[in-house]
Amino acid sequence: MELKETLLSSYMAFDAQDGPQRKLQDQRADAIEVFEQQGFPTNKEEDWKYTSLRALTKGDYSVFPKEEVSLKLEDVKQYILQDVDTYKIVFVDGIYNAYLSETTHEGADICLLSAALTKRKYAPIIKKYFNQIAEKEASLTALNTAFTNEGAFIYVPEGKQVEKPVQIIHFATSKNPKLLLQPRNLIVLEKNAELQVVERHQSLSDNTTFTNVVTEIFTEQNAQLDYYKIQNDQSHASLIDSTYIAQQKHSHAKVHTFSLGGKLIRNNLNFYHKAPEIISTMKGITLIEGEQFVDHHTLVHHAHPNSESHQDYKGIYAEKATGVFNGKIVVEKEAQKTNAFQKNNNILMDDKASINTKPQLEIFADDVKCSHGCTIGQLDEDALFYLQTRGIPRKEARGLLTYAFANNVLQSVQIDSVKKRINKLIAEKLGVNIGFDV
Amino acid sequence: MLSIDNLHAGCEGKTILQGINLDVKPGEVHAIMGPNGSGKSTLSTVIAGHEEYEVSQGSILFNGEDIAELSADERAHKGIFLSFQYPVEIPGVTVTNFIKTAINQTRKAQGLEDMPANEMLKKIREKAAMLEIDSRFLSRSLNEGFSGGEKKRNEIFQMAMLEPKLAILDETDSGLDIDALRIVANGVNKLKGGENAIVVITHYQRLLDYIVPDFVHVLHEGRIVKSGTKDLALELEEKGYDWIKQGA
Repeated sequence: MELKETLLSSYMAFDAQDGPQRKLQDQRADAIEVFEQQGFPTNKEEDWKYTSLRALTKGDYSVFPKEEVSLKLEDVKQYILQDVDTYKIVFVDGIYNAYLSETTHEGADICLLSAALTKRKYAPIIKKYFNQIAEKEASLTALNTAFTNEGAFIYVPEGKQVEKPVQIIHFATSKNPKLLLQPRNLIVLEKNAELQVVERHQSLSDNTTFTNVVTEIFTEQNAQLDYYKIQNDQSHASLIDSTYIAQQKHSHAKVHTFSLGGKLIRNNLNFYHKAPEIISTMKGITLIEGEQFVDHHTLVHHAHPNSESHQDYKGIYAEKATGVFNGKIVVEKEAQKTNAFQKNNNILMDDKASINTKPQLEIFADDVKCSHGCTIGQLDEDALFYLQTRGIPRKEARGLLTYAFANNVLQSVQIDSVKKRINKLIAEKLGVNIGFDV
Repeated sequence: MLSIDNLHAGCEGKTILQGINLDVKPGEVHAIMGPNGSGKSTLSTVIAGHEEYEVSQGSILFNGEDIAELSADERAHKGIFLSFQYPVEIPGVTVTNFIKTAINQTRKAQGLEDMPANEMLKKIREKAAMLEIDSRFLSRSLNEGFSGGEKKRNEIFQMAMLEPKLAILDETDSGLDIDALRIVANGVNKLKGGENAIVVITHYQRLLDYIVPDFVHVLHEGRIVKSGTKDLALELEEKGYDWIKQGA
């Protein structure tokens, strides 16, 4: 049976079960219809021209974990930021793991979507926000909506600055092979609220895993969001991450995406401006090798005046790795005085590595500043020679130059623990042991 | 220390050096002068070990060892330093981080432990003070947005930190005003003496007032056509290079 058919019949079973999904019956029914009509995206669609899901969707996946797996902290410690005090929402094979988690309801709600769906006091929030900014017509997002039952739920009330970062971590174990994980996250920052989030999806075995995650984020007036995605998974793990952010006046939403490993990673990162005077920032470092594949599709929808967006994505592709960057900026007619900047710089380390990069600007206002630039190059031979004459061997020199190339993205990371972690991962990937200061 | 015999070398199939002979002993200062395009920079690049340059004939010995097959970093580990005419800008790496990396990679190649942090810091401060380098300068990205003079001063700073056996200074005087020239020359002269040797490549005699050479060689069309003492440099300053070209 094709995966699409398997999923459609799984939906019937899922729908008949008792659970938090019951609360979303209508929305889920609409969503499965969209998926049924559209199926998985193919290369014929412009947005998927360079990204093929054919191999990924050939597999036989299950949406139901067979068993609940308990993990020892020792086994997964390395994937959890330890040197900083954090809240943690941890899932193992899609099931919430209370032992590894640290949630709260004091000052802010940092808990589970399943709980938010079933408790009456959250009903108005769910009604106001759930599935309100996610793109209903996108088939993978619809597929996620259809199977919604678990994920992170974060509600930060007006004026609250959450002092500790929140880690959202999904582990996939060998006990439930070929699992299609579809976490659904909902994050709401009320007026003047502040929040930092670190999200990670990690496979703990070399099994094939497929994650189709959807995150909806709402930043109300003057709210500040600082979000980090650490994507450093095993070479058999694939991730499709669709993140939708709706911003209100004077809010600033920042997302850093570090794509350092995985079989296929597709990031759909979308910012929608719902009022004037908004700042959206998205930055990324992609550093992959082998036959790994990373695709960044960004969208900033400028619909009101006096707003800014900043994009800075660095890509380093070694061996046969492939990258895609598609940065779409829409500036509506009303969005005068928009400042939109986009940069995508890439280094190809080997002959067989490749990148398809495309800025996509749709500007309907006449008084705007928009700039975009993409570069594809190799490491500068003169710079390598210069470093070598100072006693730095070629491999380290390549590492140092590559590090330097990505460094400005790292510099804007606000959580030291994240910065150190990424720094270390990059040094490991580059195979160099150079004591960089952070 | 450096013994170059009948060196023919070039790049992209073009032979630029057409039989260079040069012998530099410990403690000596040699100046290599010559008109534009005579092969001065090629000579320094070939000695430092640029991969794109091929040695087609002859040999380069450093302390008796043939170094023609060694990579640039291996040559650096043996004590060869090249001060670039056009130092490369490297955004994202600070001067301090760069020099730390260079020193510790060199120590690693020599089987030594990393230099202790306090010792490193002390040395950096000392050498920076000698070259009148502001400490703020050390936390800037390497050569990025530096003026010509700052770049050259930074090259000599690196030399002072690495303490090479043989320093080749390629057009170090260009871009320097007279005060900076004096500071840079002072830094070079501190290295001089005893076992260290210096090869100064320059178009003009000016630098040689400050770094006084024991020998002066004139390069023309890839060959050393004339050698002499520091008086030769003065003669060149006065008469220009035309009489050399005609003689050759």
